[in-house]
Amino acid sequence: MTQTGTAVDAPPSAEGGAAPKRPATEDRRQKWRSRRYRWDAKFSPYAFISPFFLFFAAFGLFPLLYTAWASLHRVELTAPTDMEWAGLHNYTRLFEDHFFWNSLWVTFTLAVLSTVPQLLMAMGLAHLLNYKMRGSSFFRVAMLAPYATSVAAATLVFAMLYGRDYGLINWFLGLFGVDEIDWKSGDWTSKIAISTIVIWRWTGYNTLIYLAAMQAVPHDLYESAALDGASRWKQFRYVTIPSLRPTILFTVVVSTIGSVQLFGEPLLFEEGAGASGGPDHQFQTLGLYLYEQGWRNLHLGRAAAIAWVMFLILVVIGIVFGLISRRLRKS
Amino acid sequence: MATLTETAPETTAPRRRRRRRAPKAGEAGGQHRAGKLTYAVLLLFTAISLFPLIWTAIAASRTNERLAETPPPLWFGGNLFSNMETAWSDANMGLALFNTTLVAGAIATGTVLFGTLAGFAFAKLRFRFKNLLMLLVIGTMMVPPQLSVVPLYMAIAKLEWIDQLQSVILPFIVSAFGVFFMRQYLIQALPSELIEAARVDGASSVRVIWHVVFPAARPAMAVLGMLTFVMAWNEFFWPIIALTQENPTVQVALTSLGRGYIPDQSVIMAGALLGTLPLLLLLLLFGRQIVGGIMHGAVKG
Repeated sequence: MTQTGTAVDAPPSAEGGAAPKRPATEDRRQKWRSRRYRWDAKFSPYAFISPFFLFFAAFGLFPLLYTAWASLHRVELTAPTDMEWAGLHNYTRLFEDHFFWNSLWVTFTLAVLSTVPQLLMAMGLAHLLNYKMRGSSFFRVAMLAPYATSVAAATLVFAMLYGRDYGLINWFLGLFGVDEIDWKSGDWTSKIAISTIVIWRWTGYNTLIYLAAMQAVPHDLYESAALDGASRWKQFRYVTIPSLRPTILFTVVVSTIGSVQLFGEPLLFEEGAGASGGPDHQFQTLGLYLYEQGWRNLHLGRAAAIAWVMFLILVVIGIVFGLISRRLRKS
Repeated sequence: MATLTETAPETTAPRRRRRRRAPKAGEAGGQHRAGKLTYAVLLLFTAISLFPLIWTAIAASRTNERLAETPPPLWFGGNLFSNMETAWSDANMGLALFNTTLVAGAIATGTVLFGTLAGFAFAKLRFRFKNLLMLLVIGTMMVPPQLSVVPLYMAIAKLEWIDQLQSVILPFIVSAFGVFFMRQYLIQALPSELIEAARVDGASSVRVIWHVVFPAARPAMAVLGMLTFVMAWNEFFWPIIALTQENPTVQVALTSLGRGYIPDQSVIMAGALLGTLPLLLLLLLFGRQIVGGIMHGAVKG
């Protein structure tokens, strides 16, 4: 940019007089300008994308790779800069740990328990919202209120609602003669309770995503289906659902990845919040196990090993869904 | 809002008549008119969506003793402001709210600015490895921040940034979603002729960005900014590792309330309410835009 100074020094208003000189400077200026123009066109795209990639390299990619390196070391939280080579020790310790396999199982069950009902309900709600109606934007915004609520706030409220002795949910169930349920210490009850927090927060969001996809379905598809005598349900089944396939896959991938990371809900659902995920670790997810190992038991190296295992799981999930989507595209 | 929900069932009555008159016209998919049942189901789900929030306010307006009685309170009491004051002073809520606004604002600004620049380049400019780099951007959306948390912690410990706000801002200041979102928007919203015309007039890239790209991108920038602000406000995992109670964000402060340093349930709920209200206000003011943004970002995904 500073080079513009030279251009201003020789304004085009220089009339006559130095006739032989002018073409030379003009020429040089022209050359310089076109070169600058070419450089600008060539390099500015990189300038525009570089902030993203610089920050991503510094805070995303490098730490991810370094996690693998740290997982091969003994690193303690008390002295996070001292690393001592340990080989695969962190991994063997991990695979011998009963609680690691437990957290894998918990993560998997919570993922299924929260993702499946959430997406099914979102699909149904989106279908309803797709009708012509009054107040549709009121419904849309109201359903986003949970999305605007933080994990912490939502979990603290639900932890109260699910209280054993004075909780509103047990009181409500009591009206129908159901005995008090100990949501927080039961095995399945606690998992169900935590799933409802996830479902509550994310159903509205997914509803909007499905609704957007439904509105993009071409209208003549429905018209010709109606002409062929397809009922509403058949139209939904044979027109809407197939058109939504890519979106469904997208939401399944996103929610699955999200549920592998579940952390705040199981952390705060426990009373007095340790990081063990309940008295019998019955809702200790992988994310919570990572936190417990790293920031409660002070073994950062072991936490890094867990992170790397999580990464591999996500890669496998990615590959599986990639294959599924290819299959779907073919058929 | 209340009137809307009350009148909804009534208005369906004349509609039904209309549908009977022209049965064929409304048969096509999304053009069905909603019946009473549809409204009933949607109202039920709206109630479920809103109830925990309303109950947060109810519990926050009661005393701890009242919350430990068997029919739980279903209506407001008179202790809202005293509970809020207690949460404010005990959990450092004032500082937490200030910090969170700062952090979420900085993250939203960075994401919008860098997302627009990169999104514009990917949407409209030609350069080498463009498709490969875009694929990389999309790929990074799949990598959750939990995976890099150990080295990040080691880094901020070394830099002595623990408890410093930059440690929770910088890792989130760009987002792949932001790049992707802006790219999808600009492909459509910014005619290539406009850029070419500016180029022919001799405008440099910086001028093009400032005078052509930013004005065209403004609506999407606003939506991305709000979406990012909401996500950054609610960020949980990294802040509770990187910050302490001395200099918390709202989520960190709430965690301390929940961990029972203060066992008063009504105060916990008052804190939760304080931490959620700003976002609910945002939703109330810009709800339509936020909804539009989520739907827009989704269709193209």
